[in-house]
Amino acid sequence: MTRTRAAERTTQQATGQVTGLATAQAATGTGRASGPVFWTTRRRDVLTGYLFVLPQLVGVALFVLLPVGMAIWYSLNERNVFTGEQTFVGGDNYAALANDPQLPEVLLATVLFCGGVVVANVTLGLLIAVLLNRRFRGVTVFRTLFFSPVVVSVVAWTLVWGFLLQDNGGINGLLDTVGIDGPNWLQQGDTAMLSVIFTQVVRGVGVNMVLFLAALQSVPRELYEAARIDGANSRTVFARITLPMISPTVLLAVIVTVAGALQSFAQIAVLTGGGPELSTTVLVYYVFQQAFEFNDIGYGSTLALMLLSFVMLLTLLQWQLRRKWVFYED
Amino acid sequence: MIRTRKVPGAVALTTVLALSAACSGSTADTSDEAVDLRMTVWTADTAQLELFDTIADAYLADHPEVAEITFESLPFADYNTTLTTQIAGGNAPDLAWMGDLSRDLIASDALVGLTDTFEETPGWEYDDLLGSATAEYSRDGTLYAYPFSNSPYALYVNTDLLAAAGQEIDPATLTWDQVAAAGSAVHAETGKAGFVVRDFDYTAWNTLATVWTGWGASAWSEDGRTCTFDSPEMREAFTFLHDAVFTSEAMPGPGTTADFFAGDAAFTVAQVSRASLLTGGFDFALHPLPAGPAGDYSVLGQAGMGVLSSSEHPEQAADFLAYLTNPENAAQLARYFPPPRTSLLTGEQLAANNEVLDASQLQAAVVDQLPNAVTLPNHTSPAEIAQRGKTALDAMWRPDADIPAVLRSVCTAIDPILAR
Repeated sequence: MTRTRAAERTTQQATGQVTGLATAQAATGTGRASGPVFWTTRRRDVLTGYLFVLPQLVGVALFVLLPVGMAIWYSLNERNVFTGEQTFVGGDNYAALANDPQLPEVLLATVLFCGGVVVANVTLGLLIAVLLNRRFRGVTVFRTLFFSPVVVSVVAWTLVWGFLLQDNGGINGLLDTVGIDGPNWLQQGDTAMLSVIFTQVVRGVGVNMVLFLAALQSVPRELYEAARIDGANSRTVFARITLPMISPTVLLAVIVTVAGALQSFAQIAVLTGGGPELSTTVLVYYVFQQAFEFNDIGYGSTLALMLLSFVMLLTLLQWQLRRKWVFYED
Repeated sequence: MIRTRKVPGAVALTTVLALSAACSGSTADTSDEAVDLRMTVWTADTAQLELFDTIADAYLADHPEVAEITFESLPFADYNTTLTTQIAGGNAPDLAWMGDLSRDLIASDALVGLTDTFEETPGWEYDDLLGSATAEYSRDGTLYAYPFSNSPYALYVNTDLLAAAGQEIDPATLTWDQVAAAGSAVHAETGKAGFVVRDFDYTAWNTLATVWTGWGASAWSEDGRTCTFDSPEMREAFTFLHDAVFTSEAMPGPGTTADFFAGDAAFTVAQVSRASLLTGGFDFALHPLPAGPAGDYSVLGQAGMGVLSSSEHPEQAADFLAYLTNPENAAQLARYFPPPRTSLLTGEQLAANNEVLDASQLQAAVVDQLPNAVTLPNHTSPAEIAQRGKTALDAMWRPDADIPAVLRSVCTAIDPILAR
């Protein structure tokens, strides 16, 4: 009610200003004496609003909508990058998706990578946030420690991990000191996938940690006090109060992490180059290979559109499912 | 009110200015008289770039129709991708260095034929070019790129490591089996690597041609249409390599780095031009590649310079290329790149500008090898063949690999590309 009354007052004031202006203009002879005033305050505000968002709209049109439109056009054509010659091939590139012997392995690697990154990143982020959501000496140092990889260049981060994960690298050297013969991390399919997931999660977990920390600190204290009075133990408090109260943040973290994982390129390119075999060739890396290494712009665009559809579908799915498990106060 | 009126105008002005700034690119050269030329290169060596600039300056002094010549250095690792993107984006250079992209460029008619320009340039001496050097860049009797770098692969030996392991080799009768035996002994005695094929790194499998050619094997048939990875010769060659990695441990396994030039390995197969990486940290020797079961052989790594047909000034670009590669300037370039001109190919000539290798080494490792050298495997769609082949070959680098089956899978992977 308060907000409604305030809005009414604002509208009345604005109307009064316009009426007053028209009257003043009529009295002084500086404006048109009759007819409606076109540039009302409301119209000016609307125009101002549109002008403020115009740069963003232009940006989206130029760098999102136009490239998507061009990708659709390219996917319907065969293009010789050396001569610029283009031939319309209709749905050939879409039919090629079904006949690509490498695509099933690429999609499997994509699912494993995204699944691993999302589960590990969200779980670890929440765990660290819960552990650091207390007051103890050095808590700021720990928070900084977990967040610091986020600000490191992804290529530099991955290059260093590439050295550490070599067969004769630092990780195996460390394991060797305690009598463990470490695997050849980046040269075996299963450990290579684990390695790229690990480096991605360690670098990105700080973002989710900060999101969860902020969410945890916004949970009303009185809810915990009431639960304690009712005799709830820590596990019940977390499951019945903490988790539901921060579920909107969990949803946000999952959406952002899924989108980020589907776009992970530099980690794969630097660490494994998609190998061994196709074990770490995720879809976005495969798009790059087809379009920019094999110069098959048409098929690369088709794959890129498939990736775009996946991202949109997953986001839509998560958004629809939020009603099932996300708790909103109102 | 004044503020309300000004805000939309200010935002509109800002937007227009921002868009104007974003959309304004470099202005096109509108001069009718003098043109600008640009050549993409993958070297970042300042001495090499200075030499190119010096030659270009001398050309500009006599050619007022050319205003400026720029050498654009692109990172080697992404050179092909960057060059292709420039061409596809309508920003192609006038001239370009090329490695394994040459077949695609020639097949797509993306290069200007150079034979007529070179032959018509007074004093250029087209017949001075070595046939084995020009073959890779020729089609139907026309040369499409000048093979400015013709660097044979050779065997570098760390004699300090061999001595430490009590090993001796005779370069005159050296075979791959002897290299593996000595390398294995060095590894067992010192912990250092035995032999490494430089740049292979279990990824760039085409560099293994420096080994399998010794067994008489090749990646595909001469017409380039049929995979021959499953030949008996290739099986023998890969059995040797597999044993060297997993049995004798003469060769470091996947995921293990060993840089010969940092003193980490007893032998390396590398191009002669890599001798500049030797820093004097150990005593070394340089020999031609060891003999394989098929006898003596030599393998060549090449690079060419060509004029792109998409250039707005192909005639001026071809004329400059003829100047850059004439006998006098070719002699200057020979300081860094083994030339394709027979007149310049003597040990003494090459040694005159080489601070690391002497005349006898260069005669044996370069001059004597070039006439019969085969080039590294090269084909159209090189990146796709490399990736498909690498994906299939990854299964080779396990102790229990089924070598014949892996080699058959390589053919299954690349045959469809070869047959296009």
